[in-house]
Parts: sequence; C-alpha cells; structure tokens
Amino acid sequence: MKKTRKQKFKLKISSATENLEIIREFINNIATKAGFDEESVDQIELAVDEACTNAIKHAYKYSTKRMLDISVFLDTEKMEIVIIDKGGGFNPDKLPVPNLEKYMRAAKVGGLGIHLMRTLMDEVNFSINPGKKNQVSLVKYLDRKSA
Amino acid sequence: MSGFDISRSDFDNITALHLSGFLDAHTVPVFEDAIQSLLKEDIYNIIVNMQKLDYISSAGLGVFMGFIEEIREKGGDIKLSNLSSKVYKVFDLLGFPALFEIYENEDTAKSKFNNS
Repeated sequence: MKKTRKQKFKLKISSATENLEIIREFINNIATKAGFDEESVDQIELAVDEACTNAIKHAYKYSTKRMLDISVFLDTEKMEIVIIDKGGGFNPDKLPVPNLEKYMRAAKVGGLGIHLMRTLMDEVNFSINPGKKNQVSLVKYLDRKSA
Repeated sequence: MSGFDISRSDFDNITALHLSGFLDAHTVPVFEDAIQSLLKEDIYNIIVNMQKLDYISSAGLGVFMGFIEEIREKGGDIKLSNLSSKVYKVFDLLGFPALFEIYENEDTAKSKFNNS
C-alpha cells in the first residue's frame, strides 16, 4: 500500500526568455492543482522564473539552441521543482546577499534573483558542475506559510 | 505572445509611464528603451504607474536600479504608483520601499514632484 501519492511532471524547453511565460504557466497549473493558495502559487512561479532566467542568462549566455530541463515532483507534503542546465556554472555561496545601496551604484542585475528564490521558497539547493550539469532544486511545503 | 505594453502621458514637467502585462527577462528591454528615450529627451521626473502590471520578476526591478542613480544625479526621480499587492510584495521582498517612493495613485506621486 502506498503511503504518499507521488506525481512527476517534466518540461524540456529551449533556453529562451520568450519561453519564460510558458514555464510560468506550466508551474502555475501544477502548483494550483496541488492545492497551494494563490500567494504561494505566485511565489513558486516567480522563484522558478528567477531560476530559469539565471540559467538562460548566465549558464547559456542567451543561446537559444540550448535546453532547460524542468522536473516537478509532487507529493502530499510538498512540491519540488528541479531545473537543470548544462552550461557554465557559478558558485552560489559566493554570491552575497545583495546590498541594494551598493547594487544601485553598480547598476548591475544579478544576485537579486537568487536572493528572491531563497526568500520565496522553503528550500533552495544548488549543485553546480559547469559544462556538465547545473541543478537547482526549489521546494515549497504545502502546510507552511512563508515570506 | 508575451503581453507587455507601455503607454506614456506627458504633463508639464513630469512624464508617467503606464506599464501593463508581464515584465520579465523577455520583456524588460522594452521598459529599458522607454526609460532611455525619456533620458534622451532630458526628462528626469518620471512616474511609473503599475496599475495594469500583472507580473514582475527581478529583471524588471533591475531596470529601476540601473537608471535611478543617473536620474537622481540630474535632480529627478522615479516614483512608483498603483502597485497591486502581488507586485508590491516583490518590491518589498527586495527592500525597494526604502529606496523608492511608492504611492497609491498617480496624482499623489505627481504632487510629490510638484512639492519638491
């Protein structure tokens, strides 16, 4: 007898910013179906957008010929989204929490996305192997209210 | 497909940009271009009205950060108005209310320019 019902969803999609909308809809549909409230659905959608934007921008440098693999695992407790790219990696631990004053002077975009992901989700884990496989896992629990 | 639009209203010494739709890494160049053209016209008193903005990611917030210093150096400002609670939450999470003036409506934002 199964204790928890697990479901898996996969989306393999070209690494292009124009596909962010499709990715968001894919995530939104699953999160809504999983029973998250509207605010949590918005948070998951934004966190996944940020993770994919990072992969498109930094790992693939806007090359639309590359692919993003997005897997969603759903059980009665949580939703986990795993985003995999095979581009150049980075060290997420070396990214400081953005200092907005400094950031404003530098007028650069970056770091905000990862900070948002960490704020919006219950768990964020990176596994970075540049050129081979970079993976970010985002987890949101159904019974927790965060952010 | 991805809907994002900007319309512009010019007042005496203030220009308001009305954003609508989805502002993400794909649509952000449209917003950057709009601000850039204002700067080319030496317009530095800018209101960004987000009443019809459904979605914003950090790419969109980066535009504000990218231009604000130049605009303030010229004596201007970007003031924000009409944020939905969904959009406001994203600004709030990243600490923007400490750096930008955010008003409930465009008229209030306008009056703040006129007072300064």
